[in-house]
Amino acid sequence: MNITQILFWFLSVIAIFSALMVITSKNPVHSVLWLIVTFFAISGHYIVMNAQFLAIVNIIVYAGAIMVLFLHVFMLIDLRANTEPQQNRWIKIAGGIAGGSLMLVMIAALRNVDIKAQDAGINTNNIGLIKNLGRELFTTYVIPFELSSVLFLSAMVGAVVLGKKD
Amino acid sequence: MYLLAIDPIWWLIIEKLVLIAFVITVSMVVAMYATYGERKVAAFMQDRIGPNRAGIFGIFQPFADAGKLFFKEEIIPVSSSRFLFILGPALAMITALLTSAVIPWSVPLDINGRSVPLQIADVDVGILFVFGVVSIGVYGIMIGGWASNNKFSLIAAVRGASQMVSYELPMGLALLGVLLFAGDLRMSSIVQTQVEHGWNVIYQPLGFIIFFICALAECNRTPFDLPEAENELNFGYHQEYSSMKLGFYLFAEYINMFISGAVMAVLFFGGYDIPFVNEAAWGLGQNTMAIIGFAVMMSKALFFVFVFMWIRWTIPRFRYDQLMTLGWKKLVPLALVNLIISAAVVLWLKK
Repeated sequence: MNITQILFWFLSVIAIFSALMVITSKNPVHSVLWLIVTFFAISGHYIVMNAQFLAIVNIIVYAGAIMVLFLHVFMLIDLRANTEPQQNRWIKIAGGIAGGSLMLVMIAALRNVDIKAQDAGINTNNIGLIKNLGRELFTTYVIPFELSSVLFLSAMVGAVVLGKKD
Repeated sequence: MYLLAIDPIWWLIIEKLVLIAFVITVSMVVAMYATYGERKVAAFMQDRIGPNRAGIFGIFQPFADAGKLFFKEEIIPVSSSRFLFILGPALAMITALLTSAVIPWSVPLDINGRSVPLQIADVDVGILFVFGVVSIGVYGIMIGGWASNNKFSLIAAVRGASQMVSYELPMGLALLGVLLFAGDLRMSSIVQTQVEHGWNVIYQPLGFIIFFICALAECNRTPFDLPEAENELNFGYHQEYSSMKLGFYLFAEYINMFISGAVMAVLFFGGYDIPFVNEAAWGLGQNTMAIIGFAVMMSKALFFVFVFMWIRWTIPRFRYDQLMTLGWKKLVPLALVNLIISAAVVLWLKK
């Protein structure tokens, strides 16, 4: 095993374990903190693939901003008391079946995928560095990029409109 | 020679470890003496003498303070979340120190023909790394404040979080002007551009002022010290903390001050560049230049630490709504205008 593989397994174990802790933690604040750990592990994966920009933006935007807002909300509502209502048994069964079918579909879809063709190009790939990434985004993918920025703008305007008092 | 025969990768590891140890030690010592400096500056501003008991001019005061903090009783409230209560100050300290990794402290040293850069990691994302760490820095305050299970701590934590998230935005926007001139995010190339073309503060005075205000807010310094407003919140987010955990919270603030001073020196004041002279023409050795550069860099960073203290003892605290109005309604539009003007100028110069 070379160092990249060791890093890959290490980060994968952390990512999966912390993702499981997100959904099994009783306390929502702990869930959010585990989710932050997950984001860090995923950023680590990006760095292994030399996608530095993606890694750091993932941390700034998700771990640094969105999760802070989540924590903000969770801290202000009192969640110490076990307020979660007991779920209906039929809802639980329906949820289990729905989740199971999704997993089945995913496995069926991914079973025949040729993984070798999807090589991430570790150590050879420089597309994740800012100069290359910026050039790609503003030449090859300029229309999707601009469209998504318009989408963000409209979401922001929507948030301001909803947040107005009158 | 046996030593020189080892694999170059080990040289790299050794030199980075030494550099990390050195930078962390320097940050710690500066932070220690910043507490002393703060009291002396305060005393000077208020026409007092300040600490003068421990050693000559009270020079050993930081050691006395550290000793006091270490030997105080360590209290963890029964109703707190124990692990998170300990994690809070640890995170505050780690994030305070992490930022120093991308700061170029000086020109490379030359050891036996081997060029040793005085920067721990010259990563491609450069300044974005600083922003990433700063955005993580909120968690130290938030987790500590929430885990204390105390209303005042929680209010302080929430205040701190919203303040830091709000001020990151104009900070990033103010920085974009600098990045347009440098054309790169690497800290080393930002400094190099300034060495060649003059300091960024000349081209980006508005950007610098916005960045400076935001740095004050990010460090929770007066006039933005709402998370630790004593007269409203008893003591703020670290009210339940005692002993060295409290010490770490207070210490992290001073390290943050020093590091943000260093970041401002790098981004706007030419880093290790000496003003008004062309030091390359002096014909000094590489190592001498490195040491001079380091001294220049340190003095710039320490000057900003002094300005931070100066402001603390001069300006009263903002009200919370004033803080938010300043951040969102004044600084963000100003930073946007600054960005558009600089973008137009850069476009015009490069046509």
